[in-house]
Amino acid sequence: MSKVVAELKYSAEHEWVAADGSGPAGIGISAVAADALGDIVYVDLPEVGATVTAGETCGEVESTKSVSDLYAPVTGEVTEVNDAVVSDPALINSDPYGAGWLFKVAVAEEGPLMSAEEYAAANGGEL
Amino acid sequence: MSENYTALYEQHKKAGASFTDFGGWQMPLKYESELAEHHAVRNAAGLFDLSHMGEVWVSGPDAAAFLDYALAGKLSAVAVGKAKYSLICQEDGGIIDDLISYRRAEDKFLVVPNAGNAVVVAAALAERAAGFDVTVEDVSAETSLIAVQGPHAEAILLTLVPAGQHELVTELKYYAAVEVGITVNGAVQDLLLARTGYTGEDGFEIYVPNEDAAGLWEALLEAGADPGLIPAGLACRDSLRLEAGMPLYGNELSREGNPYAAGLGPVVSLAKESDFVGKAALAELKAAGAGSTTGRKLVGLKGLGRRAGRSHYPVLKDGKVVGEVTSGQPSPTLGYPVAMAYVDVEFTEPGTTLHIDLRGKAEPFEVVALPFYKREK
Repeated sequence: MSKVVAELKYSAEHEWVAADGSGPAGIGISAVAADALGDIVYVDLPEVGATVTAGETCGEVESTKSVSDLYAPVTGEVTEVNDAVVSDPALINSDPYGAGWLFKVAVAEEGPLMSAEEYAAANGGEL
Repeated sequence: MSENYTALYEQHKKAGASFTDFGGWQMPLKYESELAEHHAVRNAAGLFDLSHMGEVWVSGPDAAAFLDYALAGKLSAVAVGKAKYSLICQEDGGIIDDLISYRRAEDKFLVVPNAGNAVVVAAALAERAAGFDVTVEDVSAETSLIAVQGPHAEAILLTLVPAGQHELVTELKYYAAVEVGITVNGAVQDLLLARTGYTGEDGFEIYVPNEDAAGLWEALLEAGADPGLIPAGLACRDSLRLEAGMPLYGNELSREGNPYAAGLGPVVSLAKESDFVGKAALAELKAAGAGSTTGRKLVGLKGLGRRAGRSHYPVLKDGKVVGEVTSGQPSPTLGYPVAMAYVDVEFTEPGTTLHIDLRGKAEPFEVVALPFYKREK
């Protein structure tokens, strides 16, 4: 079973948000989504300084078999992008909540987010 | 659509497969990582369950003459023991299926259609058999098919074949088949072994009764563990066959398409003295220059960027739509995106730069000769 991390919040589009209110929020995609996509080979991320809007597309994730839009789970300015994951997208499969994080946002407003329990109940996955 | 399970379903579940529907069958898509499975087939070996494929025996005094009539190729010219890739076409030249036929005796062939087409092909063969002294028997339901593909395939297989029969395997040529003793569940059984496959690698396909399929699967897994054989699913089968430039029915081949546009003109034997279904239409298509001077032609496209084209994406020349992608994805072996596409013939010269419309952004691709990948021999 794919892992769901208890301390994170999740969007319906399978992004996770690490926001403790003490700075920009880290954003990535859940293990449930990474497993469903298969081996990820390419990722297109927003640029530092760009404004992303909750619920709107801000990039894409491509696996060997398909391509999926990446949705912003929050609204705000992108403060940092994970260059390591751009050069080695397989990090999203191997460590979706760690080395496979995607970008950070100075959050102006959160989109509709779920708790880990709610996300696991809706999508499967193991807390 | 009915849901069929192969005799190896429990083996796949045990190995942690995720499943997908393919031609009405629940088939393993991948076990752990489709990329790891892809590389295993290129570098060591992979084990595939192909039991969803059809198996139809055609036998009787007119078997060869009948297949000459029913299929586009000249099956009567195939030597006993050899196999031939062919097409079964409609009257209008449209492709019903691509299939492999093994000649097992002067008067006996095994015809292997694709999963989703097996019923239709068996029915078309039965219908076309009228007037021929021939029996058409669909044994798909009782027959499993297991493939071991990759550079170590031969060595793995030999561990299950009695020493006295090793030469039957090592001397077996590509696109040929032989009955050989293979150890299954502790007993040596005579099974039909074919040196064919759909991965671009050396390898074998083994026809086995359903009740012995699990035993053979386990035996091959055990025999291949050391050289790195792993079970391989449909996801890597698709990336492997795409790299090898092999068409997939439903993507590159269809009833609406024709063999000349698909680059399969050499498979059509217009020189056959006898008539065959689709001959008149195909002769007309060829005379009109289908796939050479008119219409569209199937080409290989090599991505110059990192993003991959996908099935049905438009192909552009100077912003104008001149084709459509039929299959595409990043090539795990080559490290760049590859695609097959039907493109207006005037833009199919290798070296031509085209673009694929990737969800609104045009990305450059170069026309290249197929296959993308060819193994070293």
